[in-house]
Amino acid sequence: MEAIIIGIAKSAIRLATPYLYASIGETIGQLSGVLNLGVDGVMLMGAFSAFYTVLKTGNLWLGLLVAIVVGAIFGLLIAFINVTLKAEQGISGIGVYIFGLGLSSLLFSTMVGTVQTVSGFSPLSIPWLSNLPIAGEIFFHQNILVYGAFALIPLAWFILNKTPLGLSIRAVGQNPEAADSLGVSIVRIRYFTVVLGGMLSGIAGASLSIALLNVFQQNLTNGMGFIAVALVYFGAWRPTTVLIGALLFSTVNAIQIWVQVHGINIPSDFTLMMPYIVTIVVLAAMAKRRIHPPAALNKPFERGE
Amino acid sequence: MTLIPIAAFLLALLIGTIMIAFLGVNPLIAYQALLKGAFGSTNAIADTVVKATPLLFVGLGICIAFRAGVLNIGGEGQLVAGALSATIICLNFAELPGWILIILALFVGFLCGAIWAGIAGFLKAYFKVNEILSTIMLNYIAAYGMNYLLRGPIMDPLQIELGSFIPQTTRLTHVVDLPRLIPTRLHFGTIVAVVFAILVYIFLWRTTIGFRVRMIGQNIQASRASGINVQKYMVLAFILSGALVGLGGAIEVLGVHHRLFTDGSVSGFTGSAGFNGIVAALFGQLHPIGTIPASLLLGALLTGANKMQRAVQIPSALIGALNGLIVLLVVGSDYLRRSQARRMEQTAESKTNSKNKNKKESQ
Repeated sequence: MEAIIIGIAKSAIRLATPYLYASIGETIGQLSGVLNLGVDGVMLMGAFSAFYTVLKTGNLWLGLLVAIVVGAIFGLLIAFINVTLKAEQGISGIGVYIFGLGLSSLLFSTMVGTVQTVSGFSPLSIPWLSNLPIAGEIFFHQNILVYGAFALIPLAWFILNKTPLGLSIRAVGQNPEAADSLGVSIVRIRYFTVVLGGMLSGIAGASLSIALLNVFQQNLTNGMGFIAVALVYFGAWRPTTVLIGALLFSTVNAIQIWVQVHGINIPSDFTLMMPYIVTIVVLAAMAKRRIHPPAALNKPFERGE
Repeated sequence: MTLIPIAAFLLALLIGTIMIAFLGVNPLIAYQALLKGAFGSTNAIADTVVKATPLLFVGLGICIAFRAGVLNIGGEGQLVAGALSATIICLNFAELPGWILIILALFVGFLCGAIWAGIAGFLKAYFKVNEILSTIMLNYIAAYGMNYLLRGPIMDPLQIELGSFIPQTTRLTHVVDLPRLIPTRLHFGTIVAVVFAILVYIFLWRTTIGFRVRMIGQNIQASRASGINVQKYMVLAFILSGALVGLGGAIEVLGVHHRLFTDGSVSGFTGSAGFNGIVAALFGQLHPIGTIPASLLLGALLTGANKMQRAVQIPSALIGALNGLIVLLVVGSDYLRRSQARRMEQTAESKTNSKNKNKKESQ
């Protein structure tokens, strides 16, 4: 029993990785007032570009870098449409999703064609800590991208709460008029947060294709990017609570995989359904808490004449 | 105003041309194959129209929802809800007379689509759950639910007997086949879709309820102030939207496939029509009548792309990418339209202002 729980906990920590990168990126973007629903599309592009680079060169770091660059390019595109062209953010996000899904499938079928695997980032044991009983096995025998995802939480918390940049980001999302009158460039801050979000989504995708699953196929993410957006609501725009949400979901995923692997007599379609049901229930339950999104979320900034 | 989607389409096509060239194929040959595939023969044209039909149903649903200011992205799930429920009705009441069974199946599909979307509407109106997220989640739940049923309870008994276990139902009784219009795959469902397009237009622009639905989409505060029960109309918009999509799903089963099937993925049955219908609606300027040519155009692209894939090995996923671009270009260019409208308004306003001023001064 203990071995089972340790196994599930270990894989829950692993599987939280893509959620963490994508949700933290989305949190920062939403705090500045931009709702980006295209996360899943960007993740797919990041996953494919990292996978393809590793398949051709065998260089994992290069793969990660390419995913970050591709994510940044998508971030620029999203920022241009949402910030400069002031598009309706809900719809433009769906456009980004459909585009990313279509383009990654197109590139995959022309450049790779068949499902192949690569050897991704291997586990990296942290000296001394990895020898701890139980916790060592769960937390400190993971690969570098997993550690990076968890390091991102305090980093994001610090930047958002303790630095002038974080203050500007939140000001732009809460009260753009006031921020504007204080000389903060709304456009520049929003471009920055959205491009950063794109890069993190790119890493999130790469973490799937070159660290966790080491494979790419069409629609690899299966809606993970949308769950990542839901986690931002769940986490009430705070990195620490986003972490709790991500762990909740990755635990559901880990149990689902465990059940499937061990051939327990629950139809796999039911276990696959679980994360999506949990998302809806959690979102509905959140409504009872009186937490409001950033005031300017999904509202393009128009300077009053 | 109609120029914007056409310009967006041409720009997307231009980007598509560059992508095809990148893949090492002469774009002219590729587009020729696409055009021939979509319009090259009576059968090709019929296939295009058949492909456009579910897009029109989804697009009409999207028109109602988006006009009400709610973003229903749940077309995939609502198509499945409609198709699945209609299939189950046809499997269980196969002994009923054909036309009664057809009407019953279509009605149940309509109803189940409404319920599936209604869940998201209810959560949005009364729990403030972001409807984009809830509808996406409902898409997955519906797809996995359908896959489960197709792998077990409603699997074709022959598949079990033969041991091949292909996740599909048996072919539905021939009495529920929708009538063919001409000896091609073109079926009666297309006419139903066009009739509904007209009905949706009448509903949105010629009835009080439709006016209120559009009003909550335009200005929710003003609607509330004028005494409209905003929550009720929000749920109503979702229900009507989902009902049309559900009907579209039921018609896909009775008119085209005559059975329910899956390839295990979440878009196995729908072929992503739930998303492509959104593209059609946006492309048709969220107008039910405009959505008809928009669906046809996308139907042609999708049908043509399948043929193009076989002729010049350009994966049909290209059209998926182009669809995404079309959405981005349409919503992006919307700003140009709005700012133009605002400028015109401002000049009109300043004119009347100066007129009033002149009047006062002369008095």
